[in-house]
Amino acid sequence: MNSHQFHHTQTAHCESGVISNLLGHHGLKISEPMAFGIGAGIFFGHLPFVKVNGVPGTTYRIWPGAIFQRVCKRLGVKMETAKFSSPEKGMAALDQVIANGTPVGLLSSVYYLPYFPPSYRFHFNAHNLVVYGKREDQYLVSDPVMDTVTEIDPESLAQARFAKGFPAPKGKMYYPVHVPGKASFEKPIKEGIAQSCHYMLKIPLPMFGVKGIRFLANRVKDYPQKVGERKSALYLGNVIRMQEEIGTGGAGFRFVYAAFLQESAVLLNKPELSRLATELTQAGDLWRNFAFAAGRVCKSRSADNVSYKELSEMLMQCAATEETFFKKLARI
Amino acid sequence: MKKDEVPQDSDNLHEGTFKQIMYAVDNTGNYVQVQSAGWEPENIALTQAWEEVNEKVAAAKVLVQSGEISPVAYYMEKNLMDLALLANYVGKFQWQVKRHMKPAVFRGLSDKMLQRYADAFKISKDDLLHIK
Repeated sequence: MNSHQFHHTQTAHCESGVISNLLGHHGLKISEPMAFGIGAGIFFGHLPFVKVNGVPGTTYRIWPGAIFQRVCKRLGVKMETAKFSSPEKGMAALDQVIANGTPVGLLSSVYYLPYFPPSYRFHFNAHNLVVYGKREDQYLVSDPVMDTVTEIDPESLAQARFAKGFPAPKGKMYYPVHVPGKASFEKPIKEGIAQSCHYMLKIPLPMFGVKGIRFLANRVKDYPQKVGERKSALYLGNVIRMQEEIGTGGAGFRFVYAAFLQESAVLLNKPELSRLATELTQAGDLWRNFAFAAGRVCKSRSADNVSYKELSEMLMQCAATEETFFKKLARI
Repeated sequence: MKKDEVPQDSDNLHEGTFKQIMYAVDNTGNYVQVQSAGWEPENIALTQAWEEVNEKVAAAKVLVQSGEISPVAYYMEKNLMDLALLANYVGKFQWQVKRHMKPAVFRGLSDKMLQRYADAFKISKDDLLHIK
């Protein structure tokens, strides 16, 4: 096997991080925030009927895989992707591609990745990482949320790639076969922004976008009466985790997106994007305040209606700020 | 969030080593990447989620020992699985797995089926039959 060369950069989020690292390897420099923005990654959704371990789901980002597809389409990158019916086939195909010195992106379950601290290992099946070589039966891994490169044994990797559940990764692997040497970001940026504004403002369902934030706010208010003290804290805790746990860059991707706008302001020579970045930073700070207050409520275990009502009001404020922000952004 | 406000609330959940990337603004207002060792609300939420898991595991253990449920139910909790996920792993319907949680039904399971559960939980068949 040839030289195992891969330039690993730690990023906040696995999907946009893998895009940034993989495309960078093929000579197309794109930062994590740029990948996230062009892929229109920012979003909000609250789905009370989609329960994970009995807790309603909340998301601050678009569904897994969407950022990837959009970035590739908008930048003219051609990806080879494959899923497999059995671990044997999937691991053989991986070996074949890395033998040529091509780094490969893999979908995997966090639960089976031994290099993560045990406390983070839940059954989350949409984690992305890069395998860029093999040394003495150990796979060389560049996991974008990790500080440095690491290694993994074949058995764990096979388990992680072929984890069951929803969504089942089915050994999905992907690698670029054509990457344009130079790509203009101008049009992709505009398309990405337009799409994000659409998703945040125009989806005619109450669970998504800015409406979704208000939807969550209304539900949070009633948690203590509806589900009791214990579940209220668990529900709230899950919102905090979706917003702040590994992978969001802080404030549920709001800061990453602001960094994208800042970078775009320079590329497109539109200083107003930079001003909007500052507004989104303020919205992000509101989200952080909410998480901080919510954490305190969880800790105190006092499900008094007042605290949940206050949290609900904080969320309403987040919604109002984001609505103003995205309406301005849509006009640019 | 300002660069110098990026929280560094480490706790044992991160094992002191794991640092994640945050985006924050520096003095000139430009976004930069900053490593964070953790943040209080996130730590509280994660601790709380684990407490919930541990309580469920402990409760299941008691029920297995008193003969009210089979080890399948205990190991399901221990592996952070729900019925749907476990059924998926062993290739059965949820109602079948639910039946296997009854001690009487569990005792009658074939070696092959027991092995499937052991594989799903990544333990030996012996550990499956005798919980520690």
